Amino acid sequence: MSDASREIPGIFAGLGATAKRDLLLAWKRPGDVLNPLFFFAMVCTLFPLAVGPSAEQLEFSGPGVLWVAALLATLLSLNALFITDFEDGSLDQLLVSPQPLPILVLGKILAHWLTSGLPLVFVSPILAITYRMPLSVVGVMMLTLALGTISLSLLGSIGAALTVGLHRGTALLSLLILPLAMPIMILGANAVSLAASNDIYSTGIWALGAYAIASLSLAPYATAAALRISNE
Amino acid sequence: MTHKLSGDNLTLIRGERCLFQDLSFALESGGLLILEGRNGCGKTSLIRAIAGMLSLEEGTVYWDDEPVEKQRQQFHGALVWLAHRTGLKGDLTLVENLEFERVLRAHSKRDPEEVYERLGIARLKKLILRSLSAGQQRRVALARMLLADVPLWFMDEPFTNLDREGRQLVMELVEEHCATGGMCVMAAHQDVEIGAPTTKVRIQ
Repeated sequence: MSDASREIPGIFAGLGATAKRDLLLAWKRPGDVLNPLFFFAMVCTLFPLAVGPSAEQLEFSGPGVLWVAALLATLLSLNALFITDFEDGSLDQLLVSPQPLPILVLGKILAHWLTSGLPLVFVSPILAITYRMPLSVVGVMMLTLALGTISLSLLGSIGAALTVGLHRGTALLSLLILPLAMPIMILGANAVSLAASNDIYSTGIWALGAYAIASLSLAPYATAAALRISNE
Repeated sequence: MTHKLSGDNLTLIRGERCLFQDLSFALESGGLLILEGRNGCGKTSLIRAIAGMLSLEEGTVYWDDEPVEKQRQQFHGALVWLAHRTGLKGDLTLVENLEFERVLRAHSKRDPEEVYERLGIARLKKLILRSLSAGQQRRVALARMLLADVPLWFMDEPFTNLDREGRQLVMELVEEHCATGGMCVMAAHQDVEIGAPTTKVRIQ
């Protein structure tokens, strides 16, 4: 057994493999992906029934409702991010791997975004039309949702990692994440409203982009540290 | 190249209970370290602490005479871990599971087919793990160890769920691993008959 022959695969292989495995699992258990999506669609369709169908009201409340529903749907899906790995012991395997943990975590977050954030982005236009949102504004909304859900997946992973050892930590997870997630929702909904009233909305988009980049550079490390602590 | 794993005055307190105190051990290439003790005495905690997953109250674990916490990546690159929970995904097939593992650490030049054959899981390759019995899943977890090119094996109760033949096989595999210069840390409450230089640590 010589040391020279022992080669650990590169870090991008680790990122790709964790993302691929989670995508494969999502493909084999589509319910986990579809549940939050149904929740999103349901909230968005029920809302007009409750507040009344007046066009003015719908146009006014559309961006806010869509964003609140998207935020809650993402929080709903975050709970499962590390729970199954924790229960079946694969989290232990990741923790004793020579691959840097933040990179492996990033692979998981990427898969989470692809299976939760991205579907929301693509479903949202159908729902936006029921709120009489003009097509030009729909584009802006999709962009804010795409940027916003990236941040939500990243920041949410910190909460998911901290609560992974607790049984039924859903409420705590939401509580931990909400203060960080609220600015995303406010910026997103606000940018869409501004676009709807033909105002300058680009500031909100830039801010969301900055938020996403900041989370991308910090969240994987925080999540990795949190996983080590909660797995003790 | 020979390696050395040692622990110096390890003390671990969980909650208000002191699991072990001033525990020391040393293990060199080719050797086997057996952690003994009754149920719930802290064997798993000790093995997790040695692997660097639990922080110790006092004491240091050394790998090649260098504290483990200072070279976590290098140390983890030298070990593979078999625990109670197999760490395999029930919804994926045997091959998909092990294919993922290959990325996590250096892999050996062993032919996977031969390994599956030896462990008696070759005909289960296309089935998803959930449909296998607990013992068969355990064998898949053993395949992970054989497919990794690492000197250090951590085995936490490796005989759980295995039949008599399976137990024999685990002992044989550990013996071979030690004979080729590997080393193994094993937590076991059963009698183990393995022909390798053995150190026993008993937790009170």
